Amino acid sequence: MTYSSTLQVEKARNELLDPKYPLNKRRWSSQILAAILVNSVYEMRNYPIVLLNTVLSPLSFMLVIVFVSHGGLIGEAVEGGFVMSMFSAGVGLQSDLSHLKNDFKLQDMVVSSPTNWMTYMFGMAISEIVYAFPALVVLVILAYYFVRFNAIGVLSFIGVLLLMFLASVAIGFTLSTFSSDIVQSFAFSRLISTLFSTIPPVYYPITYIPLPYRYLAYLSPTTYAAELAQNAAGYLPLSSTAQTLDWAILLAVTATLLIVAGSKARWREV
Amino acid sequence: MVNGINVVQEARRLREKIAIVPQEARPIPWMTPKQTVLAYLLWRGFAYGEAKRRALRALDELGLGGSVDMMNRSLSGGMRRKVLVATVLSSEAEVVFLDEPTTGLDPISRREFWRTLREIGKERFTFLTTHYLEEAEELSDNIGILDHGSLIRIGTLEELRKSVNYTYSMRLLAGSPNSLPPLEKGEMITGMDGNVRILTVEEEAFRLSRELSKGGIRFTTNPLSLDDIFFYLASRKGEK
Repeated sequence: MTYSSTLQVEKARNELLDPKYPLNKRRWSSQILAAILVNSVYEMRNYPIVLLNTVLSPLSFMLVIVFVSHGGLIGEAVEGGFVMSMFSAGVGLQSDLSHLKNDFKLQDMVVSSPTNWMTYMFGMAISEIVYAFPALVVLVILAYYFVRFNAIGVLSFIGVLLLMFLASVAIGFTLSTFSSDIVQSFAFSRLISTLFSTIPPVYYPITYIPLPYRYLAYLSPTTYAAELAQNAAGYLPLSSTAQTLDWAILLAVTATLLIVAGSKARWREV
Repeated sequence: MVNGINVVQEARRLREKIAIVPQEARPIPWMTPKQTVLAYLLWRGFAYGEAKRRALRALDELGLGGSVDMMNRSLSGGMRRKVLVATVLSSEAEVVFLDEPTTGLDPISRREFWRTLREIGKERFTFLTTHYLEEAEELSDNIGILDHGSLIRIGTLEELRKSVNYTYSMRLLAGSPNSLPPLEKGEMITGMDGNVRILTVEEEAFRLSRELSKGGIRFTTNPLSLDDIFFYLASRKGEK
């Protein structure tokens, strides 16, 4: 090595270990941005076809309900589209994280970096919302024309969507840390999405389900979310006791799932 | 302890000093090398502009300057490995762990990749795990030998050589070990693959070579390699 290249190596080393970039200056926002870029922006930019997919998935079932009801349930169907989009976004975290972890060992690289599991999960969760953004934009436009909310109704609806998203993120993250291959992961993802957002009365009022089967629908937290959402827009009258109960159940389920994610998820391989 | 940091009690501090490329890691196919390295640096907490600058510099240093915007899926195996190495090279990590970085590469790409690894080793402490003993021999200052998860010896190649009392290794290419003339000085070791090798000293290696040549038995004689040292130490595991 020549004297000059020795100096260059020394300079590069000094720059790499520069005290201007010590541990306490690490940016949390950068870590969140990394997740958003990797899990949604780069994918959408490099494979634009996924944009179409993300719009069509939640809208397809909504259109069926609108056509079958001759437009009578368009408001409920649009709200259902929101609930399904948010729930699917959270659950989608499971297959995405599992794919990145098992097939590319990305999680192993992040685990050994300064990013902690909460930042990683939060960033990935936000990335799923970014991924669902095209569908949400279409739904917001439809809601503007077809759903009648008052101010409290809007807040209540946003609260329901937020809880639904947090619950599904917790499910997605926990399962992803246990999933060992992509086939298993996608199977879980589809099963959960069907069980929680297609079979329960998310796109239509629960009163359409005959009574003995209605109790089964209450096994899904999305049923409570849909009831509150439909109530917020005035489609489903609920007593204040029923509303309180629905909120309590939704909060309890979300909190439980988040606690399970924090305590049982395997961030590191053991 | 890694670099004076307790790995259990100071895990958070440790993660800021180390960077790892796992054995089966591969760059995400729908991303470009620039996006791959940039994202990793963002996860390490760098600001976007700084991360981009470092990513481009590291990729350039590794000879990927002309491929920064190509999809990872269109790169060769060696280039994809370099993209992963660029992630740790561009970071500020003081200790770099590379788990079998050349697995799956053809012999030419592997040797080319060694140059990259040597350069990284000049800048920071690099912990390299490999199944290719010639790779360890070629690249390492210190070599630790693991057998079934236990560290059986650690030292420089010279120190490891000294721990074996022999200087030459012989292998039969055909015929049974029974066809060997009696061994006056040395040891015959049978590996887990059933292959037999004789570790011995120089004059005995010459004597055996003459005898085997006379008998028309095909064989090889080489100075002791790390491969031989591994077989020797693994066969003596459990002995003090």
